[in-house]
Amino acid sequence: MLRLTAGRVGCLLSRRAVVGMTNSGARMSSHSHHEVSDQVDMSQPMYWDRLDTPLPDRAWIDVLDSKDKSLKQKEKGPWTALSKEEKIALYRLKFNHTYPEMKKPSHEWKTVIGGMFIFFGITGLVVFWQGHYVYPPQPHTFGEEWQAKQIQRMLDMRVNPIEGFSAKWDYKNKQWK
Amino acid sequence: MRNWGGSVVHFNWRHTVYGYVQSCYTPLAQRCYSHGGKLESDEEFDARWVTYFNKADIDAWELRKGMNTLIGYDLVPEPKILEAALRACRRLDDLASAMRILEAVKDKSGPHKKIYPYLIQELRPTLDELGISTPEELGMD
Repeated sequence: MLRLTAGRVGCLLSRRAVVGMTNSGARMSSHSHHEVSDQVDMSQPMYWDRLDTPLPDRAWIDVLDSKDKSLKQKEKGPWTALSKEEKIALYRLKFNHTYPEMKKPSHEWKTVIGGMFIFFGITGLVVFWQGHYVYPPQPHTFGEEWQAKQIQRMLDMRVNPIEGFSAKWDYKNKQWK
Repeated sequence: MRNWGGSVVHFNWRHTVYGYVQSCYTPLAQRCYSHGGKLESDEEFDARWVTYFNKADIDAWELRKGMNTLIGYDLVPEPKILEAALRACRRLDDLASAMRILEAVKDKSGPHKKIYPYLIQELRPTLDELGISTPEELGMD
């Protein structure tokens, strides 16, 4: 039996976790080469819109043309001198979506529900086809005549005469109670 | 959790998962340290954060780190903390981040619609002094 101390187990798990993460990191960067035309450099600070991370590691627009640069210069002065459009432009330089834009509901749920029903439908068709073409014929014991004879035999044998089957049959009047 | 030897192994999940978070899952009366030290009062918490943002030569990373951490807590920051953060934005010549901070605290209030107008009311002198427009004034909602 291998005996591992608590420290060793924790160390092993954290090492495995680190290896797992670096593996996936390497995989992600090689994947992005196929997905996008520009390779995403995962070793650089990245931008993301997240409600719980208001200030991401990087600004949205990094490469500034001369107009943006002059606006950035103006930002160093008093902000009361900036017009509304300039303030909006500064925001849009630094961030992609505003909070309301991030929280905008999508129409994805319709795709999900629709897809679900499509698959239910396909499954239903498969089940129906299966019932028709795949299943063997029902055993002969399922037939009406056989079932009647079976019930009569059970009553004759007095199956469960106290609480169950035969108890519900009225033997005098030959009918169910 | 059990190791192969059969003895019980405990993992300090609060350290690995929650890291530096120092807030408790109790009514917001107090903050507690995850080690179990002295309980920090609301005033001490606020003072600590105000001091953090009031650092004269605060850099952009510290501002981002501070704000992201603060938003990660289960609370809406007091106006005085936000004021210090907005002034830090001013020292860093970053109007966009100042507006982002306002959006973030509005989002933090969640269903409590009265918190954000109260915060803006308290911050109004600072907003006017620094020339920060709220997202509502710019039509960005």
